[in-house]
Amino acid sequence: MTTESVAVEPPLALLAELTHRCPLRCPYCSNPLMLDRAGAELDTATWQRVLSEAADLGVLQVHFSGGEPLVRRDLVDLVGHAAKVGLYGNLITSGIGLDTARMTALSEAGLEHVQLSLQDSDLVRGDRVAGLTGAQQQKHFAARLVREVGLPLTINAVVHRGNLERLGDILELAVALGADRVEIAHVQYYGWALRNRASLLPSREQLERATALVEAARTRLKGVLVIDYVVPDYYARRPKACMGGWGRRFLNVTPSGKVLPCHAAETLPGLRFPTVAAAGLADIWYNDPVFGHFRGTRWMPEPCVSCERREIDWGGCRCQAFVLTGDATRTDPACALSPDHALMAEARERAALAVAEPASSTEPDFTFRRFTHSPRQSPEFAP
Amino acid sequence: MTNAPAVAGGTVLRFAAHAKFRFDEVRQAWVVLFPERLLLPDEQAVAVLRLVDGGRNADAIIDALSQQYEAPREVIAADVLAMLQDLADKRVLRE
Repeated sequence: MTTESVAVEPPLALLAELTHRCPLRCPYCSNPLMLDRAGAELDTATWQRVLSEAADLGVLQVHFSGGEPLVRRDLVDLVGHAAKVGLYGNLITSGIGLDTARMTALSEAGLEHVQLSLQDSDLVRGDRVAGLTGAQQQKHFAARLVREVGLPLTINAVVHRGNLERLGDILELAVALGADRVEIAHVQYYGWALRNRASLLPSREQLERATALVEAARTRLKGVLVIDYVVPDYYARRPKACMGGWGRRFLNVTPSGKVLPCHAAETLPGLRFPTVAAAGLADIWYNDPVFGHFRGTRWMPEPCVSCERREIDWGGCRCQAFVLTGDATRTDPACALSPDHALMAEARERAALAVAEPASSTEPDFTFRRFTHSPRQSPEFAP
Repeated sequence: MTNAPAVAGGTVLRFAAHAKFRFDEVRQAWVVLFPERLLLPDEQAVAVLRLVDGGRNADAIIDALSQQYEAPREVIAADVLAMLQDLADKRVLRE
């Protein structure tokens, strides 16, 4: 048992999930299985208060996300308010619904950057994964609008077994669309993506080809395109430092106003999440038990607690530990030192079996994201 | 987007339109904000960045710093050029 405690510093970034509504239905969506409906969303005045509180707390950047943030009619007002209180504003969007007037208004309101998602370089396959015909062409149009108003553009391409073979084309497309940065984001297996894991997880050979391709492209495109790329958890030897550590750098406000240490944290049982209706962000950040729960190193089990990387990896991802082992306090199985690391190999083997079935290799059997008719609230238990 | 410049002694750099170098009152520290990234520069990096004004070239920045720190010019030059190149590649600085 260690007695050291890590000083709580102000958060760097706020993920403002304005809505769960989205015209797309991607089967790896990072939103929870139980989506907030429009009627549950925070109103404009509350979001503006949250943004002001975030700036006072020391948040430097705000990422407007969703769902699709463009479906919020007050998006320009919220972007403008963020700029007014000194937050660096980023729009994370599918690009669906963006037009010249909206783009100009967002830029004039003080937006600094746009991150545009792309499902594939192949229009038909991309639209199939997005669940919307014509989506990819609308995204190409949106990229042009971003560049026309002079904002920097990041392309975010989520990669998986079904599009990894076209990674080279995706990078070329990002350059052609005027991006100066691209995130090649391997699917993270929580929520919707976990349901579709056997259809999405790439093979080791695919992954090695992709990684080599990225290395070559980084050299070739140095000074033209910055490529962010991280090896996926299921092939990693060390876990990702999820969120830079629980309650260390990042907070997330959901459409209905819950405040989370990460966007997937509601998948963890036994935590009662605070809301912006009940407390201010600073009070939540420094005093709420949920934010203290996995903060620092005191909660850690072995092998984390005696590991020299404990303040680098921060134990990896709590949600992944829970979803794979049933215990959120265990070491992330992505770590080769975890006693549960064999779970990753088992998942890879199951995915390899799915590839071997001809029917599923040509037309993966995705569960697309959708609003359910189940109760709106996810179950909560008092700690 | 134009390519990042190769930084040499005569290169004049300034902050890109969407990079913000500002003092954060909450932390009482300088910060650099740019798309989906931020830097919390240390004291020496702040000293370099405060001289990046779109007027001085890299040589002039190195001269000013070697006087300020009374350090050998070639040592400072290597550090400053490497840092400026890195920030140009990251699109924080541009010509």
